[in-house]
Amino acid sequence: MRTTEPASEGPTGADTGGAPSVTATGGSGRARRVLAYVLGRLMTAVVSLFAVIVAGFFLFRILPGDPVRAMTEGREVTAEQREELRRQFGLDQPLWRQFLDYAEGLLRLDLGVSFQYRESVVDLILERLGPTILLAGTGTVIAALLGLFLGSRAGWKPGGRGDRVNTAIALFFWSVPTFWLGLLLIVLLASGRGFMPGLFPTGGMVDPGLTGSLERALSTARHMVLPVITMVAVIYAQYLMIMRSSLMDEKGADYLTTARAKGLRDVLVRRRHAVPNALLPTVTLIFLNLGQVVSGVILVETVFSWPGLGQLFYSGLGVPDLGLVQGLFVVFAASVILMNLLADLVYPLLDPRVRP
Amino acid sequence: MSAPTEPTPHGPEPTGSEPEVVLSPRALARRRHREALGRFAREYARNRAGLFGLTSLLTIGLLALTAPLFIDQAHLTVTGAPGDGYQAPSVEYPLGTDNFGRSILDLIIWGSRVSLAVGLLATFVSVALGTLAGITAGHFGSSGGRGGRILSSVIMRVTDWFLVLPTLVMAVALAAVLPRGTGTIVLAIGLTVWPPTARLVRAQTLAVEARPYVERARALGGGHAHVMGRHVLPNVMPVVLAQTTLLVATSIIAESTLAFLGMGDPTTISWGGVLQAARTSGAISAGIWWYIVPPGLAIAIVALSFTLCGRAVESVINPRLRGPR
Amino acid sequence: MSGLLDVRDLYVTYAGGTGEVPAVRGVDLSLNPGDTLGLAGESGSGKSTVALALLRLLPATARVTGRILLEGEDVLQMRWGRLRAVRWAGASVVFQGAMHSLNPVRRIGEQVAEPLLLHRVVRPNQVQARVAELLEQVGLPASRSRDHPHRLSGGQRQRVMIAMALACEPRLIIADEATTALDVMIQAQILALLERLVKENGIGMLMISHDLSVLADACDRVAIMYAGRLVEEGPAREVVHRPAHPYASALSAAFPKIGDPASRLAPRGLPGDPPDPADPPPGCAFRPRCAVAEPVCATVDPPLWPLHPNPDGHSDRYAACVHVGPEEAGASKETSPEETSR
Repeated sequence: MRTTEPASEGPTGADTGGAPSVTATGGSGRARRVLAYVLGRLMTAVVSLFAVIVAGFFLFRILPGDPVRAMTEGREVTAEQREELRRQFGLDQPLWRQFLDYAEGLLRLDLGVSFQYRESVVDLILERLGPTILLAGTGTVIAALLGLFLGSRAGWKPGGRGDRVNTAIALFFWSVPTFWLGLLLIVLLASGRGFMPGLFPTGGMVDPGLTGSLERALSTARHMVLPVITMVAVIYAQYLMIMRSSLMDEKGADYLTTARAKGLRDVLVRRRHAVPNALLPTVTLIFLNLGQVVSGVILVETVFSWPGLGQLFYSGLGVPDLGLVQGLFVVFAASVILMNLLADLVYPLLDPRVRP
Repeated sequence: MSAPTEPTPHGPEPTGSEPEVVLSPRALARRRHREALGRFAREYARNRAGLFGLTSLLTIGLLALTAPLFIDQAHLTVTGAPGDGYQAPSVEYPLGTDNFGRSILDLIIWGSRVSLAVGLLATFVSVALGTLAGITAGHFGSSGGRGGRILSSVIMRVTDWFLVLPTLVMAVALAAVLPRGTGTIVLAIGLTVWPPTARLVRAQTLAVEARPYVERARALGGGHAHVMGRHVLPNVMPVVLAQTTLLVATSIIAESTLAFLGMGDPTTISWGGVLQAARTSGAISAGIWWYIVPPGLAIAIVALSFTLCGRAVESVINPRLRGPR
Repeated sequence: MSGLLDVRDLYVTYAGGTGEVPAVRGVDLSLNPGDTLGLAGESGSGKSTVALALLRLLPATARVTGRILLEGEDVLQMRWGRLRAVRWAGASVVFQGAMHSLNPVRRIGEQVAEPLLLHRVVRPNQVQARVAELLEQVGLPASRSRDHPHRLSGGQRQRVMIAMALACEPRLIIADEATTALDVMIQAQILALLERLVKENGIGMLMISHDLSVLADACDRVAIMYAGRLVEEGPAREVVHRPAHPYASALSAAFPKIGDPASRLAPRGLPGDPPDPADPPPGCAFRPRCAVAEPVCATVDPPLWPLHPNPDGHSDRYAACVHVGPEEAGASKETSPEETSR
């Protein structure tokens, strides 16, 4: 699945051996092309971000009808208090005014105030950002390494024993709900009863009362084991399947016959030639699927009471704390869009054929 | 390189030996469909994993449909629970009881009704949306003139935007702001998982529209509706079928996830709901495994079965995906 | 005679979905050091399968039998380690369509250097110098080694392929449609380059092409393949200008010959399609398309017979057709096919 044609400016007709190399002719033209490419990608990202902002407004201000009623449902709140809340959240203003206020707030990195915590949403998010990045980052890196490694082995000999076993395991994990796997691990390895009672903590990030930084780090590591295993189990499967199928696409390629004819061992043909080519479409798809990492981290944090953004999101859902949920929605969506932008900008460095 | 040439599938048997019967075009078409269906069934039957998935789905479907015949609904209410709380599995309660004393086996069987129904309905919504978006984008992108190309690229931009966003966050957000209920869950899932279908259908539409007979239909004055409805849709259906089967798995997992996050209808019993109840009742930290394992296993088995069926269908309609043998 | 390459009775059968598909059915070839042998045929005739079989590069679904002696050693009997050592160092390949035969994400230099390092032909610190030397030998500046394949034109990529094939100074080069995708001017350049390098280094070359006119110029001898078998073999000029087998005539007539007005006025194509390899017709495989077929052709699949043999029964031309069979061959009437096909 090549997405791009080979660079068009390559020498086409003349086969004069001593022709000046193309890179030399590039110069300022090349710089302009790079700039155009980067600007194009930036524009796409900006449009997507704007769409996220509009969607956030639509979802949380317009769709619920009366947000204050939604938030205070089932509570003892007088009509006056509701009016007060409306004023506080700016809901007494006309819709266009509300949208402008909201958009302007976003530009100032102000996501409003949480109804539940009575605190600035941005402050809440910044407080919880670190743990989420730690968990999601560790999980994604391990899952990617594992998935790509197993996928490259499975895809090299499709239909073989290793492929069938690996694919079956991956399909199983893919079919299992994330949160259930987490619950199961808690029952088995953390609860008072399971098969290894109390091996790991059931939740949280650090045991309370620890002061030394080494002690805290070790405690965090112990708390991380089960959440990371859950994250990895659920997302490695799709990396495996993507890598497997893109390696299968590469398998018939002529340059692999060349590599074999050179006398390379099968392992080297795979590692040096097939995998680097199969990685390119895989990287794109991995970044496209980052949204699922976000979904995964929300569930894992909820199950393991990990004090990150996902748990914050969950806590906001129960109330429902629409301001908080809206802020998190925008942050989650924006981070995925920014990661994709990053992937777009990095991809040409990996694939020489699409270099602008 | 001179790869082995695939033996071309033989068409319908030559009818020379049969007595000459003049068939109407309609009867001919029917026979062709029957033969195609038979071929499909034979190919499918060769896929062992696919057969396993199909058998397990039929069994579970039968159980779900006949559940009211052997489960007393009164026993599923909190007040009418027949046993004591947290009884370990026994002959009377093969999977034990929950905190209220309800049989977990009964809860699982009853819960399959909502889980399957929501999964199927949500899939229907998303497949309909995805197919509509995909065919429209594909058709007008290739033959709609300037306006059509703009429409097509707008649709694809929207699709890509939805594709990148975290599905769960979108679905949860929708479920949180809409009135609580099963319909909301169906809508929340259906509105968020359609983009891959749209992409797939668009690609297939483009492939179909490039075929000569579609060009002929267009040259003979077939309008957009005619081309899309009579030529593209039937040819896109096999791909959609495979995608649908795979999507049901996704939808069922999504349903249980939403229920687990407390977005579901608390008055109905579903697999995700049972797991949420297990968590809120403290069964997790108490290590009541029989409250946790069965619902998740049920979700996994159904999702896996749908996935296996989907992959089998995919490999029948697209032999290139099949490995050697 | 035991030359550089001696192929005997080569059969290649692919295990297809429904049954076995024979792609090569009993091919004999031999090549002496410094000689160039051409192998011609339509696409699907099995000529590329032969090329890949020589180094056991066919997929696992292919079953290969017969004998492939490379400098006296049977390639089909080699252990994997020995086979890997022979690949490229003993015999290298210039693949068709160098576009896809080079790894798109690796630099030219890395790819040329790879066999040098693998077979330890030069010391690691001299690899760069050797790569530069090889590139210059095929007329590319050494600075090109830092480029990726897509930066090069088709002809340049083909030159890189040739430089790569020469890297380990092999005894045999298999050129599989090495010039097919190129335009005529570049094709001539590449052919001249190959010819020169082969002569200078005393390398044997097996050149595979569907273009008989290319082979006529570049090769000493030519063998023509149809439906997995050789139908004619002999000195290049004679086979091209005075073909004996009807298929060879058709193939020869399909390419206009310079200075031959007849071919210009009546360019002839060949009716029909090559047979389905899974289901070849009985008798001579060429019969359905043959203008001079006789009833006997439906039952007899003639082996290669010697043409105009000397009194001792030896000849340098062979053809597999009932029209050049023992009746016409006269003196060799009592020679058994097994002997003559040697």
